[in-house]
Amino acid sequence: MDATAQPAPAARHERSRFLAVQFEDMAAQLATGKLGIWLFLANEVLFFSALFVSYGVYRSHHPELFRYASQFLDWRMGATNTIVLISSSLAAAWSVRAAQLGNQRTLIRSLVLTVVLAATFMVVKYFEYSHKLHNGVGWGTACNPSPELLASLPAAVRAIPVPAHLGTFFSLYYLMTGLHGIHVLVGIGLYVWLIVRARRGDFGPGYYGPVDAVALYWHLVDLVWIFLFPLLYLI
Amino acid sequence: MSTAAVAVRAPAHETGSYLEHGRGVRSWLFTLDHKRIGIMYLVAISACLLLGGVFALVLRMHLWSPQGALVSNDAYNKLFTLHGAVMIFLFIIPGIPAALGNFVLPLQLGAKDLAFPRVNLLSFWLFVAGAIFFLVVLVVGGVDTGWTLYPPYSLESARGLGILLALSAVVLTGFSSILTGVNFIATIHRMRPPGMGWFDMPLFLWALYATGVIQIISTPVLGITAAMGFLERIFHLGLFMPEYGGDPILFQHFFWFYSHPAVYIMILPAMGVVSEVVSVFSRKPIFGYRFIAVSSMAIAIIGFLVWGHHMFVSGQSRWASLAFSFLTMLVSIPSAIKTFNWIATMYKGAIVLKTPMVYVLTFFAIFGVGGLTGLFLGLLATDVPLHDTYFVVAHFHFVMVGAVMIAFLAGLHYWWPKMTGRMYHEGVGVASAWLVFLGFNLTFVPQFLAGVLGMPRRYATYAPQFTAHNRLSTVGAFVLALGLVVALAGLLHSLRRGRRAPPNPWGAASLEWTIASPPTHHNFDETPRARGPYDYSGLHEVSEDAGWVREEGR
Ligand code: HEM
Ligand SMILES: [Cu+2]
Repeated sequence: MDATAQPAPAARHERSRFLAVQFEDMAAQLATGKLGIWLFLANEVLFFSALFVSYGVYRSHHPELFRYASQFLDWRMGATNTIVLISSSLAAAWSVRAAQLGNQRTLIRSLVLTVVLAATFMVVKYFEYSHKLHNGVGWGTACNPSPELLASLPAAVRAIPVPAHLGTFFSLYYLMTGLHGIHVLVGIGLYVWLIVRARRGDFGPGYYGPVDAVALYWHLVDLVWIFLFPLLYLI
Repeated sequence: MSTAAVAVRAPAHETGSYLEHGRGVRSWLFTLDHKRIGIMYLVAISACLLLGGVFALVLRMHLWSPQGALVSNDAYNKLFTLHGAVMIFLFIIPGIPAALGNFVLPLQLGAKDLAFPRVNLLSFWLFVAGAIFFLVVLVVGGVDTGWTLYPPYSLESARGLGILLALSAVVLTGFSSILTGVNFIATIHRMRPPGMGWFDMPLFLWALYATGVIQIISTPVLGITAAMGFLERIFHLGLFMPEYGGDPILFQHFFWFYSHPAVYIMILPAMGVVSEVVSVFSRKPIFGYRFIAVSSMAIAIIGFLVWGHHMFVSGQSRWASLAFSFLTMLVSIPSAIKTFNWIATMYKGAIVLKTPMVYVLTFFAIFGVGGLTGLFLGLLATDVPLHDTYFVVAHFHFVMVGAVMIAFLAGLHYWWPKMTGRMYHEGVGVASAWLVFLGFNLTFVPQFLAGVLGMPRRYATYAPQFTAHNRLSTVGAFVLALGLVVALAGLLHSLRRGRRAPPNPWGAASLEWTIASPPTHHNFDETPRARGPYDYSGLHEVSEDAGWVREEGR
């Protein structure tokens, strides 16, 4: 074992405790982690894509059903949530920058803001779901809108008889927004974990991979919603 | 930033092997070492192969006589479903990448581990969970839908709990496969050693890379489809079941959007193994390196555009069928390119008939037939009569058992000395290869013939005119099983009695052969400099016990 082949002892000392053994340095670890998360996001996109394809297929089979059923969705709630989610993405991006700059206070604040906005999204979602379920708008065969709800629709819509298999639309609605909602919940969990670590002072210019990775994930969650909102609410 | 407290102690150069690094069950079950995870996968998938194999033997015994010799029709349906599901989801898809790939990939890169060791462990445990679910399916009464799980039949309430468990198992093993793919791609991208550009990688790595791409893109679709089926079955969503307004054909599209590319998840790593073995045991650099590398990627990409060839008679538009038929022809070109390059590699080589090479030669023969019969099935006119006959059964067993499983055995024997530090017995290994080859052909050639004559698949009984075909096939299945038992016995025996393996028993040039057999916990003390993976210049055999060494300075 000749000593020249070994890195100088000083270089060993620099090894951060966050650097895993299989990497030479922090830059390699960061780049690899980032590639990993991008690959994971590609998988997420494909995960949602089957639902989007189903949406396309059923909508092209039953355009009238989709136009009718989307009257049951409140675009104001959807729009509110869109704004909430985009703002949370901004806060997430901000947190990455704060970590890179080593600005501890901004980091924690922006992380907390992200969580608060994400939670707001879920609260709005909760009201939307409970309103629908309360009025008999479930999924699949469990979709029997109550007379009061039907009466509250615009007159032009009321004139049309309730189409068969109305529930298929709501199956897709609940599946797509539900899967998205699960992603939001996971995101909240991840952000809470980041807050705990940030308060411990883990992150700084030398090590911010997790903040970056979770933010990328969060932007994807945001992006999916940006497609869901017009496809479900605005038709 | 660095204080003495945070600094990590410089690891001394290790001498003990990874097998001695940590003792006890826990040091295995929760290990982050890619080599140990690879070994655990190897044990797990071998157990699954054994289970699936026992199902197969029962099926074949049942088919000894036309009216069925052994089990009830209902039990027969459940047995072939579980046989298919276990073999596909638990053996042949994870087989080469997760077991051999896990072990070899970082070694071929000169790396200390995969990019994400924790993810790797998670992937293993997801696989185990999925396997357990399949076992529970067996306990709660089984499923009788075939591994394809087509609705509406599969999602009727009469199917009971089994189908729900089976769908969950598919989701679990699917996520395991996705995580493996993410890990492999990130590792190959970012952790290549100095001196190893993309076109200096061993072809096994190209194969695993292409496999990873398919795993990441196709598997999530299967996952969400299984989840949709699960919810459809419980809540009657009206997605796949016509009685609630759903579309069962959509399920078939989603299913084959995964399951056709999945056949490349199986075959590409197998082709990777073959590329390594054929070059080493011909003692010649691989012929047409770039063509083989790029054709892996071509297969990965075109393979996404052909799924409709499974649906020619499912009520898909004629124009779609035409396009899918054309694309299917197209995807066979890269496979042919590889085959010709392998043959050219052997041409004027100094061929050494050790066990891995004998397995690979049988691979060539069988894969040739399997691939060519795929063309008959890809052509619209011939597929319509052949669809759902034993011709299809024989086709896919030729490519899955005859090609993938045999390549797995070749790779297992090839890397066995590296994994265990022991040499297996050559005579036993070669004998197992011959038994497997003969048994295989005896099992499946008659099925081609029966299929052409019109014997349909998935029936517990058959017309008496097919008796001879079926009996030959049953005898063949037992010969095949015997071959596998001999291979297993030979390998296990070597663990106790085998000669100690030198670092490089075969005279191979890729990086895993430059370190001890078995490797130390951290594989390499320093990141090595790579050189051509098929550059055999300067390698010469010192003795059987000392293996091959490279004379530097040449
Ligand atoms: C090399 C070119 C190949 C071509 C052109 C090809 C073509 C086809 C076609 C057209 C079918 C559908 C037959 C039918 O259902 O009527 C089929 C079935 C099948 N093939 Fe291949 N194939 C090829 C290679 C492979 C490989 C490499 C594998 C696996 C490693 C494979 C596994 C399967 C399986 C599992 C099925 C049947 C699925 C089922 O219905 O249960 N094929 N193949
Ligand atoms: Cu196919």
